[in-house]
Amino acid sequence: MALTGLFLVTFLVAHLAGNLQLLDMSPEGQRKFNEYARFMTTFPLVKAVSYLLYFSILFHAFDGFLLTIQNRKARPVKYAKENAGANRSWASNNMALLGTLILVFLVIHMKHFWYEMHFGELPIVKDSQGQEMKDLYTIVAAAFTQLWYVALYVVMMAVLAFHLLHGFQSAFQSLGINHARYTPIIKSVGVFFAVVVPVLFALIPVWMFVNR
Amino acid sequence: MGNMKLTLKIWRQNGPNDKGRMENYPVNDVSEDMSFLEMLDVLNDQLVREGKDPIAFDHDCREGICGMCSLFINGEAHGPGRGITTCQLHMRKFKDGDTIYVEPWRSAAFPVIKDLATNRSAFDRIQAAGGFVSVNTSGNLVDGNAVPIPKDDADKAFDAATCIGCGACVATCPNGSAMLFTAAKVSQLALLPQGRPEAKRRALAMVEQMDKEGFGNCSNTGACEVECPKGISLEHIARLNREYLAASVTKE
Ligand code: HEM
Ligand code: SF4
Ligand code: FES
Repeated sequence: MALTGLFLVTFLVAHLAGNLQLLDMSPEGQRKFNEYARFMTTFPLVKAVSYLLYFSILFHAFDGFLLTIQNRKARPVKYAKENAGANRSWASNNMALLGTLILVFLVIHMKHFWYEMHFGELPIVKDSQGQEMKDLYTIVAAAFTQLWYVALYVVMMAVLAFHLLHGFQSAFQSLGINHARYTPIIKSVGVFFAVVVPVLFALIPVWMFVNR
Repeated sequence: MGNMKLTLKIWRQNGPNDKGRMENYPVNDVSEDMSFLEMLDVLNDQLVREGKDPIAFDHDCREGICGMCSLFINGEAHGPGRGITTCQLHMRKFKDGDTIYVEPWRSAAFPVIKDLATNRSAFDRIQAAGGFVSVNTSGNLVDGNAVPIPKDDADKAFDAATCIGCGACVATCPNGSAMLFTAAKVSQLALLPQGRPEAKRRALAMVEQMDKEGFGNCSNTGACEVECPKGISLEHIARLNREYLAASVTKE
């Protein structure tokens, strides 16, 4: 759980770095993004890492479900009254729900962009060398002219933020890393990461919608 | 006597196989100086006088050291208040006219014996799986000061050793996990040189027994640490995770 979770965290950084190129909506920026997308879908090392990523998402989700089922069984009779707010954060209490929402979003998200890029009929444009490449940019830009899709994206980034708010520091504790000097730092970095990364992700569709 | 009137909603269950249900009990004459258990004594006295079945609940020392008292009160293990057991909870924490929910520890591994009394012998079996040091006591005692132990380590080991095995951590945990208890019992020995020779075996065996008993999996919500009457720290869970991971990858 912790290892796959942390790997997904590093993936978020890489994915965000790629996505931020979308903010440049000039023809030059569009071409750069499409070249980047081609690189990400063809370069062998990236492909190898992407298989590790698919595996991590599936393992993380599967293990999360399995643990949640076991945990439900560990308390067959529920409390008539439970004051969860007295001793734990809302995020930590709802990791399975938050994770399931992320998983549902991932399916929609990958159908729209990943599936289209790999198997869809995309418009073709020319790169800087004059070679043909798929125009993923136009697909993304078209998706983000729809208000509902932008709204879904923003809400889901909030869900991700809460998942990370608990998850980031939790992963270190699961790996046995708890130290008087370093744990406060890990917790602060975790909160910073959980807020900044989803906000930047959410900024992209909002920006593209406003400038459509 | 006292001047508070309360309504108690108490879990009644005739035996391990009974389904159980919440029942309402009015109690009058509650003094704010009573402990929660004394208030239940008053209620039971009332029930016995009326020829009814008194409510079974666990208790022993009534001074916060034995770990026998339990009770999930108004949605929290040992009720409101921090660093206390139910026998140390006083009625001044409540107001006249309050409705108070009283439930047993709810865990698949702590079956209800009757009403609010649960069987916590799962903890004994975790302890027996490795929570000890094997020393030869037949006349070859070593002088205590012959083995130097850093003060910080000794302090932390003692902190872990204050766990009274009450089970509030399990009752509170949304996953019904027994990690805080098991971590305390592993840590109190893992931190001391006398505990090192068997450390690997201990971590593996105690975690295996914990899982076998049907406790849930820790997801680091930290609820146990908040509700633990002895303030056992999550640091000990991290230590157990370290001990367990290291033992898992190096075992033969
Ligand atoms: C971008 C996607 C995701 C990231 C970055 C992520 C990250 C993390 C991290 C770092 C943890 C803490 C691990 C630990 O405490 O050991 C965690 C826990 C968890 N995740 Fe995710 N996660 C993601 C998606 C998902 C999905 C799709 C699910 C689907 C069910 C999920 C379910 C869970 C659950 C149930 C936990 C708590 C389990 C536990 O701590 O034992 N997550 N996640
Ligand atoms: S760790 Fe705390 S809550 Fe858990 S059994 Fe020990 S004393 Fe009770
Ligand atoms: S009765 Fe002993 S700790 Fe409460």
